[in-house]
Amino acid sequence: MTANPRSDTIAVFGAGVMGRSITALALGRGVDVVLVDVSDDVLRAAEADIAQQLRHGRFMGAFPDSQATGTLTTTLSGEAAADATAVVEAITEDSSLKARTLAEVSGVVAPGTTLITNTSGIPIDELAKSVRRPAELAGVHFMNPAYLIEMVEVIRGPQTAEDTVAAVFSLLGRLGKKAVVVHDAPGFVTSRLLHPMINEAARIVAEGTASVESVDRLMQGCLGHPTGPLRTADLIGLDNLADALRLLAERTGNTAFAPCDLLREKVRRGDLGRKTGRGFYDYEGVLS
Amino acid sequence: MSAEQAITAERIEQGIAGFVSGRVNAEVPADQDLFASGLVSSMFAMELVVHLEQAFSVQILGDDLKRDNFRTVAAMTALVLRLRDAGQPADA
Repeated sequence: MTANPRSDTIAVFGAGVMGRSITALALGRGVDVVLVDVSDDVLRAAEADIAQQLRHGRFMGAFPDSQATGTLTTTLSGEAAADATAVVEAITEDSSLKARTLAEVSGVVAPGTTLITNTSGIPIDELAKSVRRPAELAGVHFMNPAYLIEMVEVIRGPQTAEDTVAAVFSLLGRLGKKAVVVHDAPGFVTSRLLHPMINEAARIVAEGTASVESVDRLMQGCLGHPTGPLRTADLIGLDNLADALRLLAERTGNTAFAPCDLLREKVRRGDLGRKTGRGFYDYEGVLS
Repeated sequence: MSAEQAITAERIEQGIAGFVSGRVNAEVPADQDLFASGLVSSMFAMELVVHLEQAFSVQILGDDLKRDNFRTVAAMTALVLRLRDAGQPADA
């Protein structure tokens, strides 16, 4: 017996780190997912990764025991989102790419379909310009891994309708998430606080004040941070973090938010964090 | 437990302890609660599952995929032994 007999489908655009993790969350909660990406290779890798994440979620007790897993469909065609009850856009953190994808999605889905952009900091109202029905667009900032972290940040843009916020809450409820709603602003709340902290942590390391391990241990032991800012950065992905910091600097006019040299250097070298096996930490050998 | 089985159990336990202590860069007694001590993060936990499957040619599925089975090196050893026994033909 399934915990929830209602069968419905969400579409997720983008099969990167967040798209995979959000897909695993939905499947683990019995929601069917159509996962759309522009690369067939990325979709193949995502299928294997999502299967592993589902096991991880079950292992950590993140999904109800009695819950049957949802069905995953992967496709290169955005048209496949037509029948979805909600769409989660989770592509690269680039405002023009996101705007283009949201415009495409908006033309495919029926009126009344909840449109969610998973962004860590691009103002929703900026993205709302590209969709046909701005009232149906809201922001949901999922954390990675989406299936393990219980809380999400919901962003109500100036044009987001009450009904849309209610629909987002209904979906998040099915996914077992708790949510806090905030108003629209660059970086919202969590990224506005966390990303500059990570940037400063990297500067502290570059200046030789403390090692990566020491920074994280202090933030854990003294300030109760669960993993430390630099280990968190590796989990987010350093390329994504640099993009988000750049966005934050441009939109707030605060140049201190621009990604620091060490962060940009790591991105240039392809040391992007956990997903490439190395970032501030090395994940191939010793788990330091 | 026969002498042969005892040797197998010891070898498995040493293998698991070696892997865990190598990854966390610390000595890990067989009865230490890895989750309570904060040695094992939720992300590393899944790497442990995959490692046990590959190193000992077992599949960890369904109800076995529970954190309690991975809480200590001793618990993981017991799980691997049970799954290996279950995987052997009845007349072996």
